Amino acid sequence: MISFLLIFISSLFFMGILIRTKSLASGRKGPGIMQPMRDIIRLLRKGAVYSRTTSYIFQIAPTVYFASVLAALLVVPFGSRSGFISFNGDFVFFAYVLAMGKFFSIIGALDTGSSFEGMGASREALFSMFAEPAFFILMGSFSLLTGFTSFHDIFSSLHLASHFAPGAELTRETYLSYVLAVLATFVLVMIAMTENSRMPVDDPNTHLELTMIHEVMILDNSGFDLGLILYTTSLKFAMYGALIANFFLDGMALPFGIMLFFVVQFLFAVSAGLIESFMARFRMGHNPQFIFILSSVSLLIFFAVLLLTGKFV
Amino acid sequence: MNCTNIKNNQTIDHAEIPILVYDEFLQINAVETSDLQNLHCVNYFAHYFNDKIKLICCIADDDSHTIRVSSSVVDKNQRLSSFTKHNTTFEKFEREISENFGIKYVDHPWLKPVRYPENQFDKKNTVENYPFFEIHSEELHEVGVGPIHAGIIEPGHFRFICNGEQILHLEIQLGYQHRGIEELFLKKKKLLQKILLAENIVGDTPVGHTVAFVNLWESLCGFDASLKLQFDRFLALEHERIAIHTGDLSAICTDIAYQLGSSVFGRLRTPIINYFQIWAGNRFAKGLIRPFKTNFSFNTELLEKWKETIAKYEPDFREMSQTMSTLPSVLARLEKTGIVSEETVRALGCVGLSARASGSERDIRKTHPFGIYETLNHQPIVKRHGDVYSRTQIRKEEILQSIDYIRKMLDEMPAESKNITEKYQPAPSSFTISLVEGWRGEICHCAITDENGELAVYKIKDPSFHNWTALAMAVRNNEISDFPICNKSFNLSYCGHDL
Repeated sequence: MISFLLIFISSLFFMGILIRTKSLASGRKGPGIMQPMRDIIRLLRKGAVYSRTTSYIFQIAPTVYFASVLAALLVVPFGSRSGFISFNGDFVFFAYVLAMGKFFSIIGALDTGSSFEGMGASREALFSMFAEPAFFILMGSFSLLTGFTSFHDIFSSLHLASHFAPGAELTRETYLSYVLAVLATFVLVMIAMTENSRMPVDDPNTHLELTMIHEVMILDNSGFDLGLILYTTSLKFAMYGALIANFFLDGMALPFGIMLFFVVQFLFAVSAGLIESFMARFRMGHNPQFIFILSSVSLLIFFAVLLLTGKFV
Repeated sequence: MNCTNIKNNQTIDHAEIPILVYDEFLQINAVETSDLQNLHCVNYFAHYFNDKIKLICCIADDDSHTIRVSSSVVDKNQRLSSFTKHNTTFEKFEREISENFGIKYVDHPWLKPVRYPENQFDKKNTVENYPFFEIHSEELHEVGVGPIHAGIIEPGHFRFICNGEQILHLEIQLGYQHRGIEELFLKKKKLLQKILLAENIVGDTPVGHTVAFVNLWESLCGFDASLKLQFDRFLALEHERIAIHTGDLSAICTDIAYQLGSSVFGRLRTPIINYFQIWAGNRFAKGLIRPFKTNFSFNTELLEKWKETIAKYEPDFREMSQTMSTLPSVLARLEKTGIVSEETVRALGCVGLSARASGSERDIRKTHPFGIYETLNHQPIVKRHGDVYSRTQIRKEEILQSIDYIRKMLDEMPAESKNITEKYQPAPSSFTISLVEGWRGEICHCAITDENGELAVYKIKDPSFHNWTALAMAVRNNEISDFPICNKSFNLSYCGHDL
């Protein structure tokens, strides 16, 4: 419940902070923090225009996409406080409900019959497919480590924060858990960048259809639908931010927890902005390689977990 | 003699151009030039001549710094053997001649429309029924881009034949921007109208084209520009090169989503292009170059201002170039992307920086210098790889070279000269050719006057004319998502091609 609310609040600011970071890094003043949200609200108040070549698939796709993210949010916990629902294997539910949303956005793009959107859809499908093993190896490793299979149980038994409590012993295992959490953060940040079609995989600011991935898929969407899709991106960012925050929240007292949550979201947005400012995006053909790196980092976590739990050697 | 040798900007009597039998004309211009690297065609065009068609071919000889001009007279509707069969650099020229005059070349491999002019020979040739190269395959797919561009640039239609993400073939259909500039040069009788036309041939090369026009016009009128006038024109040309190259670097960074480079080069371009505003009241230097005179003579005050502008520009530019050329993610995008081999460049007759990026040394400033360039002893910057990175590096180095040249020349700024008051008229029945190395490459203007001294033929060749084909070759076997960066690295003009 609390995570749902906090994710909603941070989704309002996330893109604003990201864009502001980029503006400041390039020496511009940049728009206000709320500008992306204002644009979305403006779009939401508009009607949508539909091409005559599209069918009902194209019309329901943005709504299904948005709904899938909302459904995925239900299982995201807040430290030791569970989300709306929590059950064994809910991270599988999380991944595939998002995949369903993606599936609809892909067939929605194909529905327009445009060669650009077909290209974008095929790229999006390919890159999402490559990102999937990274997420599952990561979450699988953590369930192996903790012996649980739901987000809530995994996060509440990691106990990363409690080591800071006075009198707590710092063992080798603790250090290793921190290393794991940092690696997991890296993987999650990069999955979030891939899934949200940001740099270095995709360039959200380009006007060049031939190089786009996600942007080209939504070329035909307008008004309310476009607003919904744009807001879903903010929401997804905040959702991945919440997952990252969860590694460090543990059983922290609520006021500190909330503060830490927003700090993590803020740092996430700023680092995403900095990545986009100081490097060029990848060549399209190098993207699969890059996304595979995420899987290999996840594998690293997996082997570390095997070592930790004594299943290896 | 089967041809006349003239210098750049030299006016000769129209009758001095030898008229050859077509077979001999073909032999000396196409067959004999095909293997020689120092010879390339700068302009090949036709005009009506007593109910017949006269073909005029201008071949530039880089070693002797001369231009060979020869001509041939053929009948309308005559079926001719094409130059292209022997020398592919004539491909575009012959397409244009065929489109305008209805000459049917029997062995031209690619006789397609160029720009659908209003007075073309076959009125049924329209933009709608362009004969695209087609493939019939289940596995390949076509992607059409344009003519309405997603950005703010001009219209052109690109049709890709792709195997998945890989481009197998690109066909570029242009002609949407055709305004009949060459015809307008004949219709507009006032000199001011003509120079305004020259300014607007290509929006991003006003200095290049106006210098080509004034050189030509002054030569036709037998006017020798004072050293100061030539100095001003040299300055404007090199400054335009700095300005546009910097803007291009910014655009290349934008296309690979390198925000730092994009905004820093963008910021650096502004004071450079604004310098023209200070000098001539227009950021693109419109109104700066005028025949016989200048309305905005370069003075010591402007000199100081220029030094000040560059003093601020240069350190930042060097730092940003250094950062950009050492950043792995940038290099990964630019290197080995859009390669054009030297062989291809020569076969297509490419000019300018796109040719120099592939190892061709072609540079009018060196081979056919005029004015200040004659004393400059210019050494062209040449890269060998022919990829996007080479074209980026050439821009960086040419900027620094141009700054050096201007700096060197500012020390010996010639004294102010008075604008002349007497009127000059073009010589009757004359032919003149003018070559200028604009920032994009070789600009060629040719003019023929009638017996009253009025323009009878005006022919323009912009560097984009041939280089568009090089772009189509560059993207082959590249990823389709790399097309925009290849395109940007050439930065060709649509209206320069379409005229």
